[in-house]
Amino acid sequence: MTERPEAKGGTSRRAFLRTAGLAAGGAVVGAGAARAVTPDPLITEVQPWAMFLGEGVDATPYGMPIHFEDHVVRRNVEWLTADPVASINFTPIHALDGTITPQGCAFERHHSGAIELSKEDYRLMITGLVEKPLVFTFGDLMRMPRITRTAFCECAANSGMEWGGAQLNAVQFTHGMIHNMEYTGVSLRTLLNEAGVKPEGTWIYVEGADASSNGRSIPMEKALDDCMIAFTANGEALRMEHGYPVRLVVPGWEGNLWVKWLRRIGVHDGPMESREETSKYTDLMPDGRARKWTWAMHAKSVITAPSPQMPIGHGPGPMVISGLAWSGLGKIARVDVSLDGGANWQTARLAGEPGDKALTRFYVDHQWNGEPMYLQSRAIDETGYVQPTKDQLREFRGVNSIYHNNGIQTWYVNEHGEAENVEIG
Amino acid sequence: MSRLGKFCTSTALVGMLAVSPALADPLAEALGLGRAALPEEIAAWDVAVMPDGRGLPEGSGDVWDGEDLWIDHCAACHGDFAEGAGVWPPIVGGAGSLTDVRPLKTVESYWPYLSTVWDYVNRSMPFGAAQTLETDEVYAITAYILFSAGLVDDDFELNQDNFTEIRLPNEDGFYIDDREEVEFPVFTQEPCMSDCRDEVTIVARATDLGVTPEFPVIRNLYSDMLSREDEVEESQEDAAAEPGTGPEGVEFASLSPEMLAAGESAWRQCRSCHQIGDGARNAAGPQLNDIVNATAAHVDGFRYSPAFEEARDDGLVWDAETLDAFLENPAGLIPRNRM
Repeated sequence: MTERPEAKGGTSRRAFLRTAGLAAGGAVVGAGAARAVTPDPLITEVQPWAMFLGEGVDATPYGMPIHFEDHVVRRNVEWLTADPVASINFTPIHALDGTITPQGCAFERHHSGAIELSKEDYRLMITGLVEKPLVFTFGDLMRMPRITRTAFCECAANSGMEWGGAQLNAVQFTHGMIHNMEYTGVSLRTLLNEAGVKPEGTWIYVEGADASSNGRSIPMEKALDDCMIAFTANGEALRMEHGYPVRLVVPGWEGNLWVKWLRRIGVHDGPMESREETSKYTDLMPDGRARKWTWAMHAKSVITAPSPQMPIGHGPGPMVISGLAWSGLGKIARVDVSLDGGANWQTARLAGEPGDKALTRFYVDHQWNGEPMYLQSRAIDETGYVQPTKDQLREFRGVNSIYHNNGIQTWYVNEHGEAENVEIG
Repeated sequence: MSRLGKFCTSTALVGMLAVSPALADPLAEALGLGRAALPEEIAAWDVAVMPDGRGLPEGSGDVWDGEDLWIDHCAACHGDFAEGAGVWPPIVGGAGSLTDVRPLKTVESYWPYLSTVWDYVNRSMPFGAAQTLETDEVYAITAYILFSAGLVDDDFELNQDNFTEIRLPNEDGFYIDDREEVEFPVFTQEPCMSDCRDEVTIVARATDLGVTPEFPVIRNLYSDMLSREDEVEESQEDAAAEPGTGPEGVEFASLSPEMLAAGESAWRQCRSCHQIGDGARNAAGPQLNDIVNATAAHVDGFRYSPAFEEARDDGLVWDAETLDAFLENPAGLIPRNRM
């Protein structure tokens, strides 16, 4: 691990105070209110930003986060995949708060790289068991009744590296194949209605315009329920890496179904059994057979701070335990948090009204006594499903199913406030 | 719930769409947007193949042709015999390994349908040159994969007529998601809230494996870190001893990107009075183009302070040393100047 590089600028006095803080970080400096020994020059001396002028309005026509935050970025685990154009990276969920994931740091998963496809060159075709096979331009889509909703998108393989035991020591890597955005677009129902689905059309098959043309089959019931095609996320056009100009949104179901650069919707009387729904995204069980069509992402949660990338860093006293919970079956009803590895639980405070198939933020406002903790969180959704332990999952599924690991995560937090990924017995 | 939402949940929807598009909900009526897809367009894009062979175009290819094509298009990543190469996936092998500690999932050991192989080769391969193979070439490569898996002889030719006679060994190895029936009875029990388990012991640590990429640790600054004088003083010594933190070692020739970026950031303090670059004009302070190695107070049309004019007359030249001294302490180098 490396310490975060010191922020640029500042006076030498300021730098030394910061250094002092880092040196003391993790040390238990005693409870009670902090007391200043010498006046803080940040207060007693007029600082540059209080004297001089800042940047003008057009300095950055499209703004990036201030450079102090340049460590809040997607990260890759290079050994996971063969090539970065057929790979995945991870959302820095440890450093985010609230529920919406900014597009610029939302995880990416490509099978043949992120492509440049303009709105002008975009075409969407509906074929198969329909009254009228149709072609739409991007402009056509903009004339259709529009809807907006928030949904999480989680890769089925999120936490997949943890089946065999604790492996990656950072919440970004154990749980970062997820993002949560507010999408605007057109319901799939509206689109299919334009073409007119024939009675025998019970499945759709969706595929992308990229070189992988990643194709997946979705039962008509889900297609007509809450699926949509999206052209904006969080109020602005999709990013290239998320399928600009149009991607599919399949709320609550595994991210591989959320086809990017969507170019075709076929209506069929059965599933296509494509490569991505047979050789991949099927769950190998201990008896050597495999579950297929395990689309729904079941209730899951994780504490994002403290975590290995976000140690406590201060002494005993007030602190915030913060995390995320979600369920592909509906809304989060409750989140429990344990400080002792699951022996005793308290119910966390949910920040805001939980959304349907969307991330929910939870907090525990905790008085830390400076002793080690085994932090866990447990999500319960509105169907009554309780997030299982990893061992409970393994009893059913063994350790080779790769996908759908929604087991309870444990962070061991030592007396210095440093957190690490452990499995407990 | 919105009208849209209610409509969404209607279970009769499939029937409505198909039979009677003009029900009470105006959304059930087609908008008339888009245009009819032409047969050539459908043929170009609607190429997916189903397990029962529907969607297969007419064509054929044999193992021998397939081997040649394989060597040209596939072997670099998947090995001469489809056994895999380097980090890329093997296509055959692994029969009987699905219950092993490390199962090998291939067309031979795991894939349920040959249609999937044909379709994937046709639409998504070769990697980096997808959708460039001719129909007969796809048949031939598929035949070669079957031969490499030991499922056909070397004189085998695959075509649209005999395609569905070929069954992959693991076709029956899959079953539909039964998590609700099997797992939910356990995972929907009212959870325990207190005294739920015995004492905790750590049985595995991620740090023992050492496979986590490096990452920065975020540490905030807390007031209670600054409240102990001894720690502050100790750290001051550390900071002073740290090489490269002071300005002494700076030379123009060794400017790092970091230092340039820091300079750009610090420049924000200067630009309220000074301009630099194309079109720079005198403002509250003189424009600073070509300042390095110029004589002090050299800019035409700027009204310098008497102190600056005196420095110019004394021959002050702005080099690295004098600029540094002046920026460090303006009044120290040129007393009574107006900067």
